[in-house]
Amino acid sequence: MLRKLLIAVAMVAGAAQPLFAADAASDPKGEFKAFRDYFTNRFPKVALDDFVNGPYSMDEGLRKQWKAIDEFPPYDFAIDKGKEMFATPFKNGKSYGDCFPNKGIGVRQDYPQFDAKSGQVITLDMALNNCREANGEKPFDYTKDDMAALTAYMAFTSRGKPMNIKIPDDPRALAAYTNGKRYFYTRRGQLNFSCASCHVQNPGNHIRTEVLAPALGIMNAMPIYRSAWGGMGTTSRRLRTCNSQVRGVPLPGESEEYRDVEYYLSYMANGLPISGPGTRP
Amino acid sequence: MASTIRVRAIASGDATQVQALISHPMDSGFVKDSKGQLIPAHHIDVVEFEHNGKVVFTCLWGPAVSKDPYVKFSFKGAKKGDDLKVSWVDNKGQSDSSVAKIG
Amino acid sequence: MRTRTLIGLAVAASVAGFASAAFAATADDYKAAEAKADAAIKQAHALKNEWTTTADAMKQAKAAASAGKFDEAVKHAQEAETLANASIAQSREQEKLWPDAVVR
Repeated sequence: MLRKLLIAVAMVAGAAQPLFAADAASDPKGEFKAFRDYFTNRFPKVALDDFVNGPYSMDEGLRKQWKAIDEFPPYDFAIDKGKEMFATPFKNGKSYGDCFPNKGIGVRQDYPQFDAKSGQVITLDMALNNCREANGEKPFDYTKDDMAALTAYMAFTSRGKPMNIKIPDDPRALAAYTNGKRYFYTRRGQLNFSCASCHVQNPGNHIRTEVLAPALGIMNAMPIYRSAWGGMGTTSRRLRTCNSQVRGVPLPGESEEYRDVEYYLSYMANGLPISGPGTRP
Repeated sequence: MASTIRVRAIASGDATQVQALISHPMDSGFVKDSKGQLIPAHHIDVVEFEHNGKVVFTCLWGPAVSKDPYVKFSFKGAKKGDDLKVSWVDNKGQSDSSVAKIG
Repeated sequence: MRTRTLIGLAVAASVAGFASAAFAATADDYKAAEAKADAAIKQAHALKNEWTTTADAMKQAKAAASAGKFDEAVKHAQEAETLANASIAQSREQEKLWPDAVVR
């Protein structure tokens, strides 16, 4: 027990000592360029658009397996289910298409977006539940199959479209972006990892048997069919698992922190194609 | 109700390559749910692929095959435009079948 | 400062563990330890940085207490308190450290 305590203590005490105090104020455009340059410089042989394929852009053997699976993707069933759900009207006669521009087809790349009225970031998942509640339906659990199927279908209709995230000239939007950035780089959990520990410091390296994906474009493949899950899972589900994997208690699905980190990462991926719904080991 | 079977069969020269993806929970009967109760076994036991009334491929599955199984194989003696019938039966006696055209 | 305080916490916790072995803990001792742990856990929760191992330790403490094993229960409750405090310290440190990790 003493050993466990000392390890816990050492983990926190061993955090990096700052060489100089960095400014936490945000400069999205400058940070966008720095983020992109970091990954393209570190992986000069990877085509820019390929980063959205996560571990497959980092490992040739994994890519071959992925291509073989993609001949007949396991997520076909989820897309079909999502398509059927999307087309089924609510009890009041309206449908999902009525809540979105272009009837909800080919709009996934515009999410998350900052909503001036509510003063918060709205992800696609949240927009879908808002739509349900506005039409008298109960919201879906953010971590379960129904939301996963619906977002899988919507992502599918946007395949290939460039990520298109806007930060309007509103201090609250910039605050949300900064909050997402803060969440991404903050170490958490007893294992003392931040999102960056794996996805900025170690893309292409292994963590146990998994090859780590680069943070650049990491949201573009969402939602993902994970072989480990044997099914399609939402962004919330993945973020919660990342938390518990570093021994941090996860937050509820679509918590403010999760939405803000999705906002930050999606903005960093602007211009890169939507590759969702994705397949992952 | 939508078919549980998705099949793609392409004839190329002498051989026809078949890929099939079947929607099925494939519960082994050994896994417990969140309340600690065993999820009962529910898995496909036999899959048959038929061409011209003859079974060209048989799969003997069971608890060891995972959810939504995928199978790929080749066989000879068919040509483009022929029918390929796929059918499965599970341990509960449920079944489904589908006919696809060889492309 | 941080390092010394945290090492100090760990040492204090281990010393407390050693000291209580000499005198058998009572149900009241456990209640006191549980209250301290709960207070720390509440703070960690407010900072949205609870560790899964903290909850595990509390679970073990409660189980030992219901079985009447108060020495063990106190030990686990103290472990939970230390883990919760470490997670709070982690949050506080990271508030200052995260900007240095930003890619630039």
